[in-house]
Amino acid sequence: MRERSWWPVIVLALLVGASAFPFYWTILSSFTPESRLFQPPSLLPSNLVLDHYRALFTERSFWLPIRNSLIVAGATTIFCVSLGALCAYALARLEFKGKAPLLGAILAVGMFPQISVVSPLYLLLRELHLINTYPGLVLPYLTFAMPLTVWLLVGFFRQLPGELEEAAMVDGAGRLRAFWEVIVPLAVPGIATTAILTFVYSWNEFLFALSFTLGPERQTVPVAIALFRGQYQVPWGQILAAAVIATLPVTLLVLAFQRRIVQGLTAGAVKG
Amino acid sequence: MALVRLEGVGKTYPNGHVAAKGLDLEIRDGEFMVLVGPSGCGKSTALRMIAGLETPTSGRIMIGDRDVTSVPPQDRDIAMVFQTYALYPHMTVRENLAFGLRMRGTAPEVIEKRVQEASRALGLDPVLGRRPAQLSGGQRQRVALGRAIVREPKVFLFDEPLSNLDAKLRVETRAELARLHRRLGATVVYVTHDQEEAMTLGWRVAVMRDGFLQQVAPPMELYRGPANRFVAEFVGSPGMNFLPGNAVAGIGQTPSGTTLGVRPHDLTIVAPGAGDADAWVDVVESRGSELLVYLRMGATGDGAELRVVAPPEPQIEEERTVGVRFDRTRLHWFEVETGRRVG
Amino acid sequence: MERQEARVAWTLVLPAVLTILLVALFPLLWTVWESLHLHDLRMPWLGKPFVGIDNYVEAFGDPRFWAALGHTAFFAVTSVGLELIIGLWLALALNRAFRGRGLVRAAVLVPWAIPTVVSALLWRFMFEGQTGIVNSVLVGVGVLKEPVVWFIHPAAAWVPVVLADVWKTTPFVALLLLAGLQNIDASLYEAARIDGATAWRQFRHVTLPLLKPAILVALIFRTLDAFRVFDLIYALTGGGPGTSTEPIALYTFNALLQNLQFGYGSALSVIVFLITFCLAMVYIKLLGAELTGGKR
Repeated sequence: MRERSWWPVIVLALLVGASAFPFYWTILSSFTPESRLFQPPSLLPSNLVLDHYRALFTERSFWLPIRNSLIVAGATTIFCVSLGALCAYALARLEFKGKAPLLGAILAVGMFPQISVVSPLYLLLRELHLINTYPGLVLPYLTFAMPLTVWLLVGFFRQLPGELEEAAMVDGAGRLRAFWEVIVPLAVPGIATTAILTFVYSWNEFLFALSFTLGPERQTVPVAIALFRGQYQVPWGQILAAAVIATLPVTLLVLAFQRRIVQGLTAGAVKG
Repeated sequence: MALVRLEGVGKTYPNGHVAAKGLDLEIRDGEFMVLVGPSGCGKSTALRMIAGLETPTSGRIMIGDRDVTSVPPQDRDIAMVFQTYALYPHMTVRENLAFGLRMRGTAPEVIEKRVQEASRALGLDPVLGRRPAQLSGGQRQRVALGRAIVREPKVFLFDEPLSNLDAKLRVETRAELARLHRRLGATVVYVTHDQEEAMTLGWRVAVMRDGFLQQVAPPMELYRGPANRFVAEFVGSPGMNFLPGNAVAGIGQTPSGTTLGVRPHDLTIVAPGAGDADAWVDVVESRGSELLVYLRMGATGDGAELRVVAPPEPQIEEERTVGVRFDRTRLHWFEVETGRRVG
Repeated sequence: MERQEARVAWTLVLPAVLTILLVALFPLLWTVWESLHLHDLRMPWLGKPFVGIDNYVEAFGDPRFWAALGHTAFFAVTSVGLELIIGLWLALALNRAFRGRGLVRAAVLVPWAIPTVVSALLWRFMFEGQTGIVNSVLVGVGVLKEPVVWFIHPAAAWVPVVLADVWKTTPFVALLLLAGLQNIDASLYEAARIDGATAWRQFRHVTLPLLKPAILVALIFRTLDAFRVFDLIYALTGGGPGTSTEPIALYTFNALLQNLQFGYGSALSVIVFLITFCLAMVYIKLLGAELTGGKR
């Protein structure tokens, strides 16, 4: 195989370009005045304005959905990671009967089509008066977030060297002390990555947020953007500006931790 | 005086696999006991039961006067060196060494003193501040050793500690271990699959197979008087030769239904017709200090294979007939059915 | 010792398992139960009579149901197929170490990370109207004689849908395949080279066979995801024009939360679940056979 071939470079350039272009176009358009949005476009920036961004916060109180998304995604992450870490540790490092089917069942639940549980969850939440509340979103989010967390963390815990707990026990630490002193410090990177991925998935969730909230007070960012309505026409400028803001946190997270994220996603999948 | 005692210890796993059965073993205070056998013979399981990492399904284990059968590992006052060393990756060498003492609430000054002593004894002073990932294989092994030494436990347990080292390092470390043992006067239970390690290190050696103890004796006794064919075959390199009991005429008793065993070192090559039998020389390997000669019995070379260790001089040529003399005082007879020794 | 370990293990596992039981298993069982009743929230005076499999019969006679299934299948096959091919290219390209690889990987990962509805809106914007960027470029370059109104034509509407999905999820597929590629022993390629194999031959006889498990895993994830597609189409075409791009999940959603036909909608939900389940089973069997049979 010739080392210096042009093909990979061309392919990569094309793919990266295709990947990045929609972003570029969106960002550019979000700074373009509404009147010029659908005029014959120029690919280069000219005449940039902040109108849309300003309107988001003055006319639409866009900070509301941002706050809601932060709270819901944050709460889901904290809850799932803490419970999930304990569960994943047991599944990955301890021996007990029923381990394999249990892991299989947890993963299977993560594969449930959301649409199949939407209506009963709706009725359940209505009974509990949780429609349009924060718990009313976090609770359903656990259906997919918990299996995801457990799956990722099992992958991470499995990668730790085998006889560590035993060495710690022989050295004088009980099971829980061994977990705390030896396992947890080593698992911190894995836990951090899992938290990031759980946060991203929760932030991006749409169907449940759409179904279980009623208004701007509790709607999350994806729902708010999807439901932008203009008086006379679709307010594209604001939608794009909102899109840029909505994607900023997750984009930054991903860029900062991309190596870790890739490791986490693939470790579980390929060896799982 | 026995320090560790296994009484009728057995381990059967839930899936039916019998890892060990009816183990009766005494390990004396200060002795170096080696458990040896092929993979799957149960030696590691036995060691782990002494450590408390596995619970026996039958029998009991005593350490000192205590019945420790259901006592967890942290309360047994033992230290273990794992095959993979199991060093704590996120701690420095110093912290690794101190961990066990820290877990038991030892005073910091005592910890400091013991860590320094162990580090000096093992030559770890220059790497005390490093993490395991930055150490060589030999250094890691010494840290694992040091971690056990600082604890000053009643019993040291070793689970195949040398198998991850290259051949030369293995031989060097073996000698170091022997020296260390002499200096510390510790009680050691050592597991290995390598019979050479067992023979050179052990004061007594316990040979295991398929979960059962085959023979427990000092190395020389195993070599000279193996209790059955398995032990005879397992101990000594190159391995013992086995012939049907009546293969060679005129050698002492030749009852039928027995197998004759004779070690390559106990055979001599002489002129054809001058020995107890004739054989055909197949291959001659020169090992520098000796020759390893592969013979085939019978003048035409279609009989059983025989390995002989011969002195380097005179040179023995391949593809010739020679005579073989058996040392009458070094013959072993085994029952064909059970493998048990009969003479 | 082992009993103690099992006890500790169950204590650790229980909270997570109970949570999952509560929010996932019970609702699913409830859905099945609901699907056997007539339950229309627009007509509460009808009560909630048990009707057995009537809802399912109605579904099988419902042309919109079959259309939705067809749309879903078409979408799944097209996008997953494209994602596999492009993902494989990308994975092969990323497999060599080169400067800037991290940057490329990051650039390709970001589409995967943003909310699906947002990506749908981006693509809607690009294809919108007569002067959206896509139309402008295609007309300007000469591929099209005049701009297409993409969202009016049932067939044309699929283009942005498939493109948007491919854009967003190919990175994930590429990552899975890349991990699979990196697991292939380099010495196999060297042996093939010595044996005289060209680059294409090496690909066909070394890379592809050894990549099968990873490809199957990618297929499982992506097919199941494609079958459950909702966010993307809701925000991009709303199922339109009319219902010509409506996937089964969106139809179920409309039945449940727009038309408030809980009984019927639940039946649709169960059907979606069963299809997903069967697909998963098929793939797992294939993967299992691959992993054990391939080790001969």
